[in-house]
Amino acid sequence: MAEPVAETDLKQTPLHDLHVELGARMVPFAGYAMPVQYKAGIMAEHLQTRSKAGLFDVSHMGQAFLVGPDHETTARALEALTPSNFVELGLGRQRYTVLLNDEGGIIDDLMVTRSVSEEDDGRLMLVVNAARKDVDYAHFRSRLPENVRLEVVEDRALIAVQGPEAVAAVAAHAPKAADLAFMSAAPMEFDGIDCHVARAGYTGEDGVEMSVPAGAAEAIARALLADERVEPIGLGARDSLRLEAGLCLYGHDIDEMTSPVEGAITFCMQKRRREEGGFPGAERIQRELAEGPGRVRVGLRLDGKAPAREGAEIALPDGAVVGTVTSGGFAPTVGAPIAMGYVPAEHAAIGTALELVVRGRRLPATVAEMPFVPNRYYRKPKS
Amino acid sequence: MTTYYSKDHEWISVDGDVATIGITSYAQEQLGDVVYVELPESGKTLSQGDEAAVVESVKAASEVYAPIDGEVVEANDALADEPAKVNEDPEGAAWFLKLKVGNTAQLSDLMDEAAYKAYVETL
Repeated sequence: MAEPVAETDLKQTPLHDLHVELGARMVPFAGYAMPVQYKAGIMAEHLQTRSKAGLFDVSHMGQAFLVGPDHETTARALEALTPSNFVELGLGRQRYTVLLNDEGGIIDDLMVTRSVSEEDDGRLMLVVNAARKDVDYAHFRSRLPENVRLEVVEDRALIAVQGPEAVAAVAAHAPKAADLAFMSAAPMEFDGIDCHVARAGYTGEDGVEMSVPAGAAEAIARALLADERVEPIGLGARDSLRLEAGLCLYGHDIDEMTSPVEGAITFCMQKRRREEGGFPGAERIQRELAEGPGRVRVGLRLDGKAPAREGAEIALPDGAVVGTVTSGGFAPTVGAPIAMGYVPAEHAAIGTALELVVRGRRLPATVAEMPFVPNRYYRKPKS
Repeated sequence: MTTYYSKDHEWISVDGDVATIGITSYAQEQLGDVVYVELPESGKTLSQGDEAAVVESVKAASEVYAPIDGEVVEANDALADEPAKVNEDPEGAAWFLKLKVGNTAQLSDLMDEAAYKAYVETL
């Protein structure tokens, strides 16, 4: 049994003391001491999120703004660094995108939100991965035009509430949360505290992510945890939830070598950008869009019970190794092991039989549709 | 019958020349929900420190090491169908394997229950 890594010089989120009080097991993650699980355990926390609601501290993630003189200017500046359409992003709307290097590889994946009010327009809010903050910020600073600046936010926490009961639980304190459309955001009061709430998340469930003043984070978390529908959820279940949802984890499923086409996240590229190009690595990405990528991220279902982890080789049945698993584990909702990894395009069709090499044994697996568990994002009822 | 403990959180209960091996309650708590156990074949010869089994939790795979030399005489195949037993009864029904003891002297490298308890307190 391996020993855990020593915790030295780790940063703490505003919810650190609450995690400890709730009995969390704290681990080092991207330079922070973070809860990997609470008393209930990863399995129970995962199922809690799928059936009711889970509260996640995601304050380690980076929050920042791009600030320019008007929306068009700020949006164009971001479009020069990403393959998404921000010029036509509506007020209060949110979009997933990737920051690209000059070879079309992914520097980071991030969420971008346009201000909801016209008076405050020209600001785009960014949420970036904890481990990539410094790289991202340096990239922005070196590439932004003079009239658009990066404003890093240091005094706010980020709380995600996810699951079928999540929005109802939040709306008990912030009624306006119930009116948000999926992938949209608005400022609102939570028990009188000014918050910025987005209807989004990274679990495949309906829910919100709330940017809150650091000093009020604990009060907000306690208010939510007092609701019998809400339990605290650690990074362990966050990882198994996003894997079931077929979502990429930066540094594992996507990285500086991976293009958005290989990563099967071309949904972040809207039609105008695909056609016009004008983003870093456009030549490679447009070629991959037209001809298909050489390799592509696929979902994998294993026949047996043994999980295949990151790094396991993907092979043809009784044949050569053709790829590598980038994320894998036991899927509590599916009740079986699942994985994601890269294979040559000719072996990527749904239903293709493959083998995963785990500790020298070859385990049968099948290319499967993602998400592994159907998404339950909120869709506004038709009026 | 005497039970010994390793610093790697295995327990080993010796009865005559057969040793039953599992992981401690502390170990299963650290692992969290166990979802899969890989066990050795009977007849396999293990040296002290060799990988004897693999236990997979939701989060990660961890090795279980042979605390002493020996030949595998039985593996607890019931764990294949019910890996969660490792969380429920780690120091009882959820034993991993039985070894024919190869070198009794190696038992003196291990801790008794009191020493193991004191060791866990330091972690």
